[in-house]
Amino acid sequence: MQAFTVLTSTFIPLPIENVDTDQIIPARFLKATTKDGFGKNLFRDWRYENDDESKHRAGFVLNQPEYKGAILVAGKNFGCGSSREHAAWSILDAGINVVVSSFFADIFKNNALNNGVLPITVSDEFLQKIFRENNNSLLTVNLQEQTIIINRTGESEHFDINDYKKTCLLNGYDDIDYLLSIKDDIINFENQTA
Amino acid sequence: MSKEDKYDNATLNKNESKGAKTLFEKIWEKHIVKTIKGGPSVMYIDKHFIHEVTSPQAFKGIEKRGMKVFRPQQVVATADHNVPTVNQHLPIKDELSRLQVQQLIENCKNHHIELYGLGHPFQGIVHVIGPELGITQPGMTIVCGDSHTSTHGAFGSIAFGIGTSEVEMAFASQCVMQSKPKLMRINIEGKLNKAVVSKDIILYIIAQISASGATGYFVEYAGSAIRELSMEARMTICNMSIEMGARGGLIAPDDTTFDYIKGRKFAPGAAQWDLKLAEWKKLYSDKDAVFDKEINIAAASIPPMITYGTNPGLGIAITGITPVIESIPDEGERKNIIKALQYMGLEAGKPLLGMPVQHIFIGSCTNSRIEDLRLVASVIKGKRKNDNVHVMIVPGSQQVAMQVKAEGLDKIFTEAGFQIRQAGCSACLGMNEDKIPAGEYCISTSNRNFEGRQGAGARTLLASPLTAAAAAITGVVTDIRDFLR
Repeated sequence: MQAFTVLTSTFIPLPIENVDTDQIIPARFLKATTKDGFGKNLFRDWRYENDDESKHRAGFVLNQPEYKGAILVAGKNFGCGSSREHAAWSILDAGINVVVSSFFADIFKNNALNNGVLPITVSDEFLQKIFRENNNSLLTVNLQEQTIIINRTGESEHFDINDYKKTCLLNGYDDIDYLLSIKDDIINFENQTA
Repeated sequence: MSKEDKYDNATLNKNESKGAKTLFEKIWEKHIVKTIKGGPSVMYIDKHFIHEVTSPQAFKGIEKRGMKVFRPQQVVATADHNVPTVNQHLPIKDELSRLQVQQLIENCKNHHIELYGLGHPFQGIVHVIGPELGITQPGMTIVCGDSHTSTHGAFGSIAFGIGTSEVEMAFASQCVMQSKPKLMRINIEGKLNKAVVSKDIILYIIAQISASGATGYFVEYAGSAIRELSMEARMTICNMSIEMGARGGLIAPDDTTFDYIKGRKFAPGAAQWDLKLAEWKKLYSDKDAVFDKEINIAAASIPPMITYGTNPGLGIAITGITPVIESIPDEGERKNIIKALQYMGLEAGKPLLGMPVQHIFIGSCTNSRIEDLRLVASVIKGKRKNDNVHVMIVPGSQQVAMQVKAEGLDKIFTEAGFQIRQAGCSACLGMNEDKIPAGEYCISTSNRNFEGRQGAGARTLLASPLTAAAAAITGVVTDIRDFLR
């Protein structure tokens, strides 16, 4: 897993609530057996008319070249629905390393963290402030400090992340490394409960 | 500032000081290997179900580390999400689907995992086969790379959906990392109205608390109305816990649970039964146990339900009207509903009753069990479907399909003009060829009405098997109570 420390980037605004994982990556694209290449189908049905790649929906933000960056900013309850980790893979594959929302669905949040994509929960007020920024505005995310800053105004907000996950992300460790390191404890547990 | 990431032991401590525990806590405590300071706990997993879609990358992950699955006897596999529901004896036509299913076969072989694949008499939707084979038992921890794993909670187990990284963790260590969720209890007391079934109960709850109303919680369903329900009906309720954001749902096991399990293929045998039963009977929330949140609902207030929007929280009574936009106070919510109605091709402030539909889908891990199909058969027997609707009935498993035949329900369905297909997830998620065409309406017994869920542009109305059955005959959104009159 890629380590994450500090990121400064423009952002992609998606002021829609309850963005479910079927929108992030529709089920018909889940037939792959690797984690690669999902980015091109990110928000597939919001990007194209009738699944036709030549027919862009002009109103959708990913079809507007002025909006780009490694930070996606979305309305509350982002990532609800299916547990498909393909949602996190498609976001990462599209070059997005941070998702900001005022509320995340549980499974998506875990999946994102397990892939080095940082989900940042901000207050609704701060979220609306970000949405009011223009397409050139930069955001800075500092994981060590647990802050997200709107560079133009200097306004910032603290975000929560548990210490364990923070350490994992800062160093690029994953949970499997940890679980393998406590294999003896697991075997002892099995013996005690058997 | 959000508090949701804070690891909060408040409930646990409160209950410990009184010696009272919730059902969830009793199971949780027995499965924690260790807790990381300021972080999650390492939870031991009793049963790990896998399927073809969310497992291949996890197998690749452990293989890259040069590892084998740690406890293959605790893993059970089936092929369900991506399989065709006709001609399952023939090679799968879609190349990517075929490769994915083939990959599962090879992975299970290499790692010595029991696979109930296509053609096996135990094959079916993972959340249908676990319970029907007696694999799912009270007090267990159960995971699967599928959000509807909460279904198994109906047996009084901690069961929840995980992502593929966690599937890999479970392969590598038979453990996953979990922060202790907050606990909610939803009590449903009293007697249900006529023609109201468990699907209506859960659609009603989600409509009340919204599609994110239980995020961060594990939900226990309790009360006299829940106790009255069969296991199949309880599974329908626990199944949709995720649709209000809950990590899972569970119901204390009782005689209904024990009677259901007894004698099933992998249920404890006669020698072990009494011992297991004594353990299982301790699985309930103590009288003084405290929950972070409690919701009380009178069973009598629940009508037959239907959804009009693009998340499962957007549901109304079958006789209700879609929201009047001006009456929605919250701006975000107003925008959501306008967007949802636009996608659905519906007007605000109008009833759904009488609206023509083109498709009926009876199936999915929510409502494809034998009891669901019996319900459908009971109200359509001797009738013929409306000419303008296509009706697809997809049994949840090979076992259910066999039971359908044994009871002669297949004749009732065929005579009604319903198409009976073979077991799989099918049009619930539109991964295989079972899709609803763009712009057309489908009354579906499944669990999600998201945009494009049943096919790009498809419009889904979630409802109970009874409501779906009535619409199959009339061709329009119908109040089952009028239909039965």
